Amino acid sequence: MNLTSRETWTLIHGMVLGALFLLGFAGGLEALYSLRPNLLSPVGVHDRLHRARIGVVAMAVAAWGTVLTGTWVVYPWYRERTPGSPRSILLADPELQDWHHFGMEWKEHIAWMSPILATVVAFIVIYYGTGLARHDRVRRTTIALFVLAFTFAAVAGLFGALITKAAPLT
Amino acid sequence: MATNSHTDVLGEEYHAAQKPEGPVSAAILAGGVGALTLGVLTTLAEASTGIRDFLNVYDPVGPLSGKTIGAVVVWLIVWVVLHVIFRDRAFESRTALTVALVLIALGVLGTFPTFFQLFAPAE
Repeated sequence: MNLTSRETWTLIHGMVLGALFLLGFAGGLEALYSLRPNLLSPVGVHDRLHRARIGVVAMAVAAWGTVLTGTWVVYPWYRERTPGSPRSILLADPELQDWHHFGMEWKEHIAWMSPILATVVAFIVIYYGTGLARHDRVRRTTIALFVLAFTFAAVAGLFGALITKAAPLT
Repeated sequence: MATNSHTDVLGEEYHAAQKPEGPVSAAILAGGVGALTLGVLTTLAEASTGIRDFLNVYDPVGPLSGKTIGAVVVWLIVWVVLHVIFRDRAFESRTALTVALVLIALGVLGTFPTFFQLFAPAE
């Protein structure tokens, strides 16, 4: 049941921050979707906005935490020039090479679009406040960016899980 | 108590209504520029060993270190500049989203391995 330092960091990168990311997305999306004055009382608008702020900020923080730990802590172990590193294991097997050439190459880049867009959404929600309830166009635009930020992270997370299955970091 | 809450909310709503949409659009456009920058740097690093070496600011991470730092720096600078330009203006966020989606799509294309590997020097 002991975890190595590398396994612990991988856990923080993928599971701990990933769970926070998912919670932030689910809470933020629900709050943004229902932030409509025709469905809510003024107190309800205030409550939804509060939840939206918590959700979008949590997702942005989790997204930054995920890419920073992934790029600067876990990735150097992945690409070590040693025979036992995941990169070396994948490249040594013709049947697994594409997990690096396509999967990892895309994941390591596209993941960074998520925190950028999540931060944009957090700014809009904090700056515009209850204006989001008054201006449906801005609210829908914010939701679109929020879902896009989630989609990029989901692509990266999916490849991360599959690559870890093919060549675990130990 | 409920009356106070209503008053607070209405007051905040009124205040929010005075806020221009420009800063929202500036943030959206800057996000698109950040995504595009990441795509451009990724493709350039594949096409040129000189640029790849330049972006290799931290060896254990490789060129990804420079690509991500570069994209974040460009994104933040562009955001500040656009915010100053649009802070008092009414710039529709829907228009900004349309432009940003095009920039993001180009950024995704630039980070797509099948695309950027086309620019790799022949071995």
